[in-house]
Amino acid sequence: MSVSKGSAKKTPLIRIAKRADISKLHAWFIRIAAILLALASGGLLILALGHNPFAVYRDMISGAISTKTATIATAKIAIPLLGAALSLAPAFKMKFWNIGTEGQILAGAIAASYFALFHYQNFSRPVLLFIMFCASIVAGGLWGLIPAIFKAKWGTNETLFTLMLNYIILKIVTYLRTGPWKNPSSSGFPKIAMFDASARLPNVFGVNIGWIIVLGIVAFMYIYMRYSQQGYEIAVVGESEHTARYVGMSVGKIIVRTILLSGAIAGMVGFLIVSGSSYTLTDNTAGGYGFTAITVAWLSKLNPFAMIIISVFLAVLKKGSNTIQTNFKIPASASDVLTGIILFFMLGCEFFINYRLIFRGSNKAVEVQND
Amino acid sequence: MTDITNFLIAAVLAACPLLLGTLGETLTEKSGNLNLGVEGMMFMGGIAGIAGSFYYERSVAEPVAWISVAIALVCAFLCAAFGAFIYSVITITLRANQNVTGLALTIFGAGFGNFFGEYIGNSTGGYVAVSQITKSGFNDPLFPNLAKIPVIGKLMFSYNFMIYLGIAIAIFMWYFLAYTRKGLNLRAVGEQHGAADAAGINVALYKYIATCVGGGITGLGGLYIVMNSSNGVGGVWVHGCIGGYGWLSVALVIFATWHPARAILCALAFGALSVMRFYFPTSFIPISIYEIFPYLATVIVLVTVSLRKRRANQPPASLGLAYFREER
Repeated sequence: MSVSKGSAKKTPLIRIAKRADISKLHAWFIRIAAILLALASGGLLILALGHNPFAVYRDMISGAISTKTATIATAKIAIPLLGAALSLAPAFKMKFWNIGTEGQILAGAIAASYFALFHYQNFSRPVLLFIMFCASIVAGGLWGLIPAIFKAKWGTNETLFTLMLNYIILKIVTYLRTGPWKNPSSSGFPKIAMFDASARLPNVFGVNIGWIIVLGIVAFMYIYMRYSQQGYEIAVVGESEHTARYVGMSVGKIIVRTILLSGAIAGMVGFLIVSGSSYTLTDNTAGGYGFTAITVAWLSKLNPFAMIIISVFLAVLKKGSNTIQTNFKIPASASDVLTGIILFFMLGCEFFINYRLIFRGSNKAVEVQND
Repeated sequence: MTDITNFLIAAVLAACPLLLGTLGETLTEKSGNLNLGVEGMMFMGGIAGIAGSFYYERSVAEPVAWISVAIALVCAFLCAAFGAFIYSVITITLRANQNVTGLALTIFGAGFGNFFGEYIGNSTGGYVAVSQITKSGFNDPLFPNLAKIPVIGKLMFSYNFMIYLGIAIAIFMWYFLAYTRKGLNLRAVGEQHGAADAAGINVALYKYIATCVGGGITGLGGLYIVMNSSNGVGGVWVHGCIGGYGWLSVALVIFATWHPARAILCALAFGALSVMRFYFPTSFIPISIYEIFPYLATVIVLVTVSLRKRRANQPPASLGLAYFREER
């Protein structure tokens, strides 16, 4: 199996063989080791900048969860992040590289804002919130549908298509903010007005009700991906489009349907952000959640329950990076650097889960050569 | 007439970072590696380049323009190539998914650029900006005498050296890929890595070198954004300054159908689109809608390319796939 070019003369120092199987425990052990190594590398960077890494990490965590206000702020980051990551789960499972979450969030936010800004007088609070909720789902879904249709029909590159749509809708928000939706009573920097109280989501335990909705989606997504026929079809298309075609699945239909769902969830996240925490629409409404969600989705191996842990973890990093900016004058972008390093290690460690290294002279090497 | 001349000149100036990004990514993709981390590598190149010049200027009493420029170029190239090297280790040696690794590189690189941009600024009191000496080193015309020829001189010779460097890299890369042995080997690696390996080509080595050199070239594009354009100022680090140029470059590779010489024209077209609003303002299109044009054009290009599937215009056949010798 792994006989390399030079093996007739000399066994190479290290050879690679595929692992037959690996216990779940062993696999998670490798992954946790990778995260620890990533944190250690980040620690080295902090050390190189002349700070004590332990103190920095400690302040990062305490800054994110030590007080009630801090915990609520962290939760406000974690909720949309988890929602956005959930929206990516079916898309990534299908190997449809949707990086347009950012734009789908904005599409949903625009639709929700439209009703919040211009029709709040016409409805009672529950009805208004429900309409905003539905509008955001439809808008997000439709914004995701555009690249999906082109991908399904002509195989247009979805990574770049979805990405370009992010920039396009961002400019549309700028246009709305500076033009037709500009708050006439705001002076100076053009802004969109704050929502009326009836367009704001109620709080449950100090945090907007969005967390209950998102946790509901966690359960839904787990069942959908694991036990539904559609979830199965997504998995097959992701593994091999040829197989899916061969067994008679309509690949195009599956792609369109899945991305519609993906966009709809992302759109709803936009609703949660404008109606649950910012109470207005800005250029920064999507705020990088769509991109960080890619990290969450990948680190959790697309498992919805693991996504809860990872999104809380990254929310702590993000909130904590503000604390270390104040305490140590370390720029808050440190959280992005750290996230990148963690991702690198997690991506790299998969190799050691799937393969094992055989060193020259070990007994195992002889075994493999004989078979 | 002068309006159109000025417009064309502005288009060329705006095209340069796109050209460098496209060229770097073309070389990378020719080896079969789809590196979506161009945006991140541009950030890394940009900050490393300006930091190099910044520290050089602070360390000597009389900074010399060409030394400062050279230091910036080398730092930008090496730092971006380092980003590409991380990508290479993870995708070539450790065989991870190229899409996600590229996205990770974008997150990391953007964080890296913004982090050090702010950190260096904070630690030296203020922000990272280079002096007029380095700025003119980057922005002054390379052929000031030829530029005096009316119209033609202005259109052909009034640019800074980075423009000519970009064009030179494009022509050299076209020659390298089409007419040299090593270029042929590289294309073989990208098309059929298994066959290339059987022919005795060191697949991993070619992939590593093409990806790292390609990454370095995109880093020069990032440097250009920092030194020459960057919100019309130049020579100063602006938070998040790359602003999507890396992603546009990835799309332009497809537009240019993996052809380095064609990349010049494609980059120029996009440069023109991105500055059009300053030269042809209209009353009926608001500015923020005008700014959509380059992105919208990218979408149209993506769709057209996917619609007419000509055999000559296809990506390298092994693009995006890791090479498993054991599973050949």
